[in-house]
Amino acid sequence: MTNFATLTRMRIQLTLRNKMFLFFSVIMPFGFFFLYAGVFAKGNPWGVRYLMGPVLALTVMGSFWGLSAALVTFREQGILRRFHVTPVTPSDMLASSVVANFVLTLPTVLIEFLFARSIFHVPDFGNLVSVFLLITIGTMSFASMGLVVASVTNTMQETQVINQIIWFPLIFLSGATIPIATLPLVAKRAGLFLPATYLVTGLQSAIYWAYAPWSADVLLGLCSLAVWAGLTFFLSAQLFRWEPESKIPRRAKLLAAATAIPFLLLGIWEFKTNRTLALSQAMYDSTNVPSKSAPPAGTQR
Amino acid sequence: MTNSVIQVENLVKRYGDVEAVRGVSFNVEEGEVFGLLGPNGAGKTSTVEILEGLRTLDSGRVSVCGLDPLRNAQELKHEIGAALQSTSLPDKLRVMEALRLFAGFYKRRRDPEELLERFGLEEKRNTFYNQLSGGQKQRLALAMALVNDPKVVFFDEPTAGLDPQVRREIYDIIEELKREKKTLVMTTHYIEEAERLCDRVAIVDHGKVIALGTPRDLKAHSGGATRIEVRLSKPETDGVLKTLDGVADARVVDGTCVIHSKRPPQAIVSLVKHLESQGNELISLEIATPSLEDVFIEMTGRRLRD
Repeated sequence: MTNFATLTRMRIQLTLRNKMFLFFSVIMPFGFFFLYAGVFAKGNPWGVRYLMGPVLALTVMGSFWGLSAALVTFREQGILRRFHVTPVTPSDMLASSVVANFVLTLPTVLIEFLFARSIFHVPDFGNLVSVFLLITIGTMSFASMGLVVASVTNTMQETQVINQIIWFPLIFLSGATIPIATLPLVAKRAGLFLPATYLVTGLQSAIYWAYAPWSADVLLGLCSLAVWAGLTFFLSAQLFRWEPESKIPRRAKLLAAATAIPFLLLGIWEFKTNRTLALSQAMYDSTNVPSKSAPPAGTQR
Repeated sequence: MTNSVIQVENLVKRYGDVEAVRGVSFNVEEGEVFGLLGPNGAGKTSTVEILEGLRTLDSGRVSVCGLDPLRNAQELKHEIGAALQSTSLPDKLRVMEALRLFAGFYKRRRDPEELLERFGLEEKRNTFYNQLSGGQKQRLALAMALVNDPKVVFFDEPTAGLDPQVRREIYDIIEELKREKKTLVMTTHYIEEAERLCDRVAIVDHGKVIALGTPRDLKAHSGGATRIEVRLSKPETDGVLKTLDGVADARVVDGTCVIHSKRPPQAIVSLVKHLESQGNELISLEIATPSLEDVFIEMTGRRLRD
């Protein structure tokens, strides 16, 4: 526990000294925020409130870039080797980077809310407990996915390639950039197999329609992301390599692929029930009719 | 034997088809500076990293501080300190932060301030790791190896790649540890380092210990003869050189004739006479006092260098 706390402090300190952090965790999220709120929502408070879900989801999802890059760099440069000779465990190393990332993501999220309130006059942010839980579990799960990417790559170049392959479907098919309701049916259905879709929809329903954590739609996002976070973290600890020259075990890529199972199963279920797509559509439709910007009657809040 | 801090018996380590360590055995006693001397790729680092619990072994038995480095890895790591080869620290970590960070991982710890002073890094306490010179980085690595006041310290090639001035500074640090009776295992491919710093040396080649003892005993065992190295205008066979008056042994190593002699003047005179009779010429001649290099040449027929 002490080693975990010591390492978390170090990771926070180092990240704050890293210029890449400034770009990925400050400039990029705020860039998206002002693009969405100022340009797409045209400064309309209801529009901004509707788009806060995608904005926050992008902030949360960005975690996996930073974590995968940091872990691979640490291994490539022989920094992990130095820690290997100390009593630090792989779980200490990994958990500290996940928690440090969460601590550093929170201020960005908070400032996005403050800007939405002070600049765009958004009067209400729905259910903040749901938002906090989704952001917490979302950050942990996407950060853990970054650690899995780092466990199956050897160099920074490889990591960047894999990250980009993962990043584009995540942002374009999940509703984070283009509303799901406006996507072609094939793209909508493909999005059902992505964790990002449940994060975006969960955040959107929590902020826009003020759904409580125990409402079916938020709970679905929370539970699926929590299961995924647990699985990805467990696998990243199993596949952890201290040494730059140690080979990736053959089973590693297979195990990394296994992280897709929870959302594969959820996607099949959603494909049959159409629940998340219907919710996204309803929220999108209500943006065009301000008086209907509340959950439909009978929806659990 | 049983009181040894480190016991290694028939250690074998393979990487795929390559056998890097082939049945290495030795013991290290408490308070001893023990050296593993050998060329690059001899299996020194693999041996040390198995003792540190960083690598698995394929067969054999090792014990460090009475612990099995793999089964008791966590416990062992509190008892040992190590300066590894080819490691690094995060670029934006300051010197003092690094010492405090690593001290924080152990049950037993030394005052980072004291280490900073002892390793001459006070002025660099707030300097980022990537702004340190090679020598300063190495001094920090050695200081960090002592941060938990370890029972056994491992230094893997502590002076490799450093300039002679910095190397001498590191020697002073190791000599101070020696005076404190710290148990230290170091690997090196520098002869003078092993001779100057180690109480006992295991000479390692191709994964095997080919000689083991104090530097003095090893040199005495090799005959204590003076080494004469000559380069000739025409090649000469060692068979002929061995027959010359005053020559105890002769080998041709990398185009240089290495002659061992207990009567160097006679050997040189007979060599010059022989060369004149053969119409051969002396291009260069060097005379060296006996060293562990001679032991290595005698055992392997090769020089101990990169």
